[in-house]
Amino acid sequence: MIMTMIQAITNALSLEMERDDGFVLLGEDIGRNGGVFRATDGLFDKFGPERVIDTPLAESAIIGTSLGMAAAGLKPVPEIQFMGFIYPAFNQIISHVARLRNRTRGRFTAPLTIRTPYGAGVRALEHHSESTEALFCQIPGLVVAAPSNPYDAKGLLIAALRSDDPVLFLEPTRLYRAEKREVPGEAYEVPLGRAAVVREGKDLSLIAWGAMIPVCVKAADAAAADGVSVEIVDVRTLSPMDRETILASARKTGRAVVVHEAPKTCGLGAEIAALVGESALLNLNGPVLRVTGQDITPPLPKSEDHYYPSPERVLRAIRRLMEF
Amino acid sequence: MTGPGRRAVRPRGGSGTQRGNMMIERFDPLKGERLQVLDPDGNVRKDLEPALSADDLRRMYERMVLTRLADAKALKLQRQGRFGTHASSRGHEACQVGMATAVAKGDWYFPYFRDLGAYLTLGYPLKDFYHYWMGNEAGMRAPDGLNVFPVAIPVASQIPHAVGAGMAANYRKLPVAVFCAFGDGATSQGDFHEGLNFAGVFKTPNVFVCYNNQFAISLPRSRQTAAATIAQKAVAYGFPGVQVDGNDVLAVYAASAEAAAGARRGGGPTLIEAYTYRMGDHTTSDDAARYRLKDELAEWEKRDPIVRFREYLKTKGVWDDAYEKKVQEESSQAVEKAVGEAESRPPAAIKDLFAYTYAAMTPNLEEEMAEAGAKEASR
Repeated sequence: MIMTMIQAITNALSLEMERDDGFVLLGEDIGRNGGVFRATDGLFDKFGPERVIDTPLAESAIIGTSLGMAAAGLKPVPEIQFMGFIYPAFNQIISHVARLRNRTRGRFTAPLTIRTPYGAGVRALEHHSESTEALFCQIPGLVVAAPSNPYDAKGLLIAALRSDDPVLFLEPTRLYRAEKREVPGEAYEVPLGRAAVVREGKDLSLIAWGAMIPVCVKAADAAAADGVSVEIVDVRTLSPMDRETILASARKTGRAVVVHEAPKTCGLGAEIAALVGESALLNLNGPVLRVTGQDITPPLPKSEDHYYPSPERVLRAIRRLMEF
Repeated sequence: MTGPGRRAVRPRGGSGTQRGNMMIERFDPLKGERLQVLDPDGNVRKDLEPALSADDLRRMYERMVLTRLADAKALKLQRQGRFGTHASSRGHEACQVGMATAVAKGDWYFPYFRDLGAYLTLGYPLKDFYHYWMGNEAGMRAPDGLNVFPVAIPVASQIPHAVGAGMAANYRKLPVAVFCAFGDGATSQGDFHEGLNFAGVFKTPNVFVCYNNQFAISLPRSRQTAAATIAQKAVAYGFPGVQVDGNDVLAVYAASAEAAAGARRGGGPTLIEAYTYRMGDHTTSDDAARYRLKDELAEWEKRDPIVRFREYLKTKGVWDDAYEKKVQEESSQAVEKAVGEAESRPPAAIKDLFAYTYAAMTPNLEEEMAEAGAKEASR
């Protein structure tokens, strides 16, 4: 089947809900309206208001009640309408969802899949372009995943839904309808905790995820014209991260550039650079570089192109690193 | 009164209601009415007296005494450096035991952090409770089959959890009640509002019990809300609220049992405000003398919930000196035994610190655990 990412997500939810009546969706405008991005389109009619629950407008309670439902044996899939609105629920996520298993030594668990659109590039208003995944990757017990294409979106989401751990599932807003791809009609899993080499190369590794993958592909194409062979690693699961795949690529090419939308300081690029420095230093020809969002509040749409990594900025980093 | 959210007072024995909250709805918090079954001298108001057997009454009394002794022991151990920070339950025995006595098998309980009496009443092993507060998470692993959550330290954050468990019960059509306790300070938190609001909208089978002990650490109740009562907040959420005398174990039990029965029948949530007083410090790290009036404490000492209940039991003929001696002795023995068991439990293995982070160990955690284990071995 040919699907966009948003269709792949809806399809994944529908298949798993058919399979297991423990799956219950809840969130703002997800029922009759089908979600502001239509991620749950048609599911209200198919599964009814008991399983596709329009909640009052309160993110902390959406996550907090999801935890209670999970402890009582259901498999809630809360949607936070935009990542910029997840912060009221931060206490529930960090203080309870991520640590319920540990606090009760396994007696209770909270295997929620929290879905939320994230990232910029759709000319949205304030607070709608956030990419604050690093805040969540510091939370032990929480899995954070971000697909970059329709195939991975479906498979990763199904893996998240079936996981016994809480998963924050970040859906890159600008990729929701960016491309259509062949996606199997049946359910399948793309395993959590595994990165993918989406393009093989010899000279330099680009390490990225979500909406930065297409940006990296463009930069890699441009670099090929320079005669530089670029490898691209799609991290896919940001926490716990697949260190082996990242290290293997860095060791192989000897050059690594991390690309992410989030601000540079204390972003995941710092974590990845430290990881590569700690474990692959002697394989490197130069420093690990970062191409990231600036350390400023995300600008409004008229200025946002100055903020997020572009293929040109990535290409500049590639050229700089190739001089080593 | 009638109106959205508050049903008309129905005649006794009226039918056709899912709630059947006959008694609760006779006490309107907006009119300053408070449910009390036992007056401070232990005299019972016959028309409100719950139908409890002599054994039931004794069991409640025994749990209150056990709570008082186990609490005092924890304070003593803390002073000796054998216990972590302790939040004393002294004065809350009627709230905690009265509420928890209404919890039935299959029900859920979401406690707050000052809840020793509820834990004990629900059959939670005292040795495990001590184990947790002595500093080991393993103590908060509830025995299998007991639907009791770990204490909630971030104030009010447990309320949405209880509502979610109630939503799950509705979805699975299970006739269970989901209890949730919190203090008066919790009512200032967003999670209180969000949780009760969800409960009203989804008509969840929740029994919310606020132990209004007049203080959130140092701050008096009057600085948490300008509302005359906490119970009346329920009106705005579209379900009944009732203020009860929190030093009257029969009042707390009667309101909790009625609210729970209504919840199990699909009648939706209830907010119970148990009006009481924190007789101890906030925790062992606090000194209430800095902010509390001595006279006030002395006044509340006279309303001791255990003394009041004992007077009632005397009148009922289910209490005498020999029984008291037996209860005190057995409770002391149980406390000593639990202390011994908690203290003799081996410290957590390094593996336990890592193994419950995710469902399965990650390569990163395996590495860190090996390093922590090596340090441990070389000590």
